[in-house]
Amino acid sequence: MKILEMNHIRKTFDDLEVIHDISLSVKEGEILSIIGPSGSGKSTLLRCATMLEKIDGGEILYMGERAAWTEPDGRRVYPKGAREKEIKSYFGLVFQNFNLFPHYSVMKNITDAPIVIQKRPKDEVYKEARELLAKMGLSDKEDAYPCQLSGGQCQRVAIARALALNPKILFFDEPTSALDPELTGEVLKVIKSLADLHITMVIVTHEMAFARDISDRIIFMDKGVVALEGKPEEVFDADHTRIKEFLGKFNRV
Amino acid sequence: MRFSVMLEQLSGGMVKSLGIFVLTLVFSLPLGLLVSFGRMSKNKILQTIIKGYISLMRGTPLMLQLLVVYFGPYYLFGMRIGGSYRFIAIIVGFSLNYAAYFAEIYRSGIESMPVGQYEAANILGYSKTQCFFRIIFPQVVKRILPAVTNEVITLVKDTSLSFSLAYAEMFTIAKQIAAAETTFIPFVVAAVFYFVFNLVVAVGMETIEKKLNYYQ
Repeated sequence: MKILEMNHIRKTFDDLEVIHDISLSVKEGEILSIIGPSGSGKSTLLRCATMLEKIDGGEILYMGERAAWTEPDGRRVYPKGAREKEIKSYFGLVFQNFNLFPHYSVMKNITDAPIVIQKRPKDEVYKEARELLAKMGLSDKEDAYPCQLSGGQCQRVAIARALALNPKILFFDEPTSALDPELTGEVLKVIKSLADLHITMVIVTHEMAFARDISDRIIFMDKGVVALEGKPEEVFDADHTRIKEFLGKFNRV
Repeated sequence: MRFSVMLEQLSGGMVKSLGIFVLTLVFSLPLGLLVSFGRMSKNKILQTIIKGYISLMRGTPLMLQLLVVYFGPYYLFGMRIGGSYRFIAIIVGFSLNYAAYFAEIYRSGIESMPVGQYEAANILGYSKTQCFFRIIFPQVVKRILPAVTNEVITLVKDTSLSFSLAYAEMFTIAKQIAAAETTFIPFVVAAVFYFVFNLVVAVGMETIEKKLNYYQ
C-alpha cells in the first residue's frame, strides 16, 4: 500500500520555481532517502509533503486519498477541520535543529501532544513514552530539560516525540546536519533501529554512506527535479555526470 | 498635627494607590495582549488603527490622558461626572495607557520566537490557539519579564498622577497635609512608601524570573 504519493508537484518562491514537476511515492515499510546538493529543493519537497509549505501545482495523497491539490484554475485546496487533523496524524517530521519545546521536560515534550491532541489516557501515553525513551537510550533523561542535553540527545528526544503520535510515515529533514560526527553516529544508529522495525521513512540527508546502507530507494535531486532514482547501488554507481560530480568521484585536476 | 494622625491619613491613601496599581495591572496586562494581536494582525486597517492608538498613548502625557478620560464625557456629551466616575476614569486611563506599552513588550517577545517552535507544534497537530497558549506564550513570558518589571515599577510611581483628578491616593493626601500643615514630613513618608513598594515589586519579579530559570 502506498502511504504517500506526490504527483507533479510544483513549488514557486516569488518568481523562482524551486520544484519542477516532481512525482514520487512511498510504500508501507519503505525507506526512501533524498540526496542532492544544497538548494536542490530537497527540504522544500519535504516541507510540501508535511504541509509546512503550500504547493503551487500537483497533488499530495496520503493513504490513497487526496490530502492537498491544485484545481485546473491554479487554486490550491487544503482540507480543513477534521480531515486536516486526520491527514496531519498520518505523518511526523524530525527537524534539522530539533525544535524541542525548551520549557517542557523531555517527558512532557513527548507526552503533551498524545495527551492534549490525541486525547489518549495519560498512563498509557507515559508507559509508551518510557518505552520509546528506553529505545532511544535516554531512560535516565525523562525529567531533564532540552537545554541540559547534547545535540544528539535532543535529536533522539525529537524522534521519540514524533514516534509517540504513531505516525504512518516519518520524515527526517537533515537530522544530523547540526551535529558533530560523534553525535551524528548515535542519531543514525537510532534511525537504523527504526528501519529494523519497518517504520516507513523519508530521509533527506547528506550522509551518503548512511543513505546507501539504510535505504530501499534513493532519489537524487538537482535543481528542483529528480535527476536520478533507484536502488542505492543503481544511484551511487550510476554512470551519470551530475551525481559523479556530487559524490566527488570526478577527480579531474 | 500628630505624626500618628498624619500616618493614619496617609495609610488610607496608600490603600488607594495600591488599588490603582492592582486594578491597572489586572486590566492592562490582558488588554495589552489583545492590542499586540491587533498590532501584528495581517488586516492592514486593524493594524493601522492599533498603531495610531499606541502612538497616541505613548506620545501624549499620561496626566493629560487622565484629564481627557475624566472630563471628556462632560464636554462631549454633557454627562455628569464626579462621584464614583473619578475612580473609574483613573482605572480606564491607566489601563489604556499601560496596555499600549505592554502590547509593544508582548510584540517584542512574540516576534522573537523562532519559527521552528510554530512548525513543530503544527506538525504535532496543535491548533493555532493550543500552540500559542501551550508553546509560545509561556516562553514569551520568560523573555519579556525584565521589560515588564520596568513598566510595573514605573506604574507604582505613576499612580501619583491621579492627584491631577484630585483622587485621594497617597500623593494627593501627602500634598494636602504638606500644604495645610506647612511641613515636609508627608513627602518623606510618601518617598519611603513608593521606594518600599517598588522594592517589594522588584524582589517579587526577580523571584518569578528565578523560577523561570529552569530552562534556557
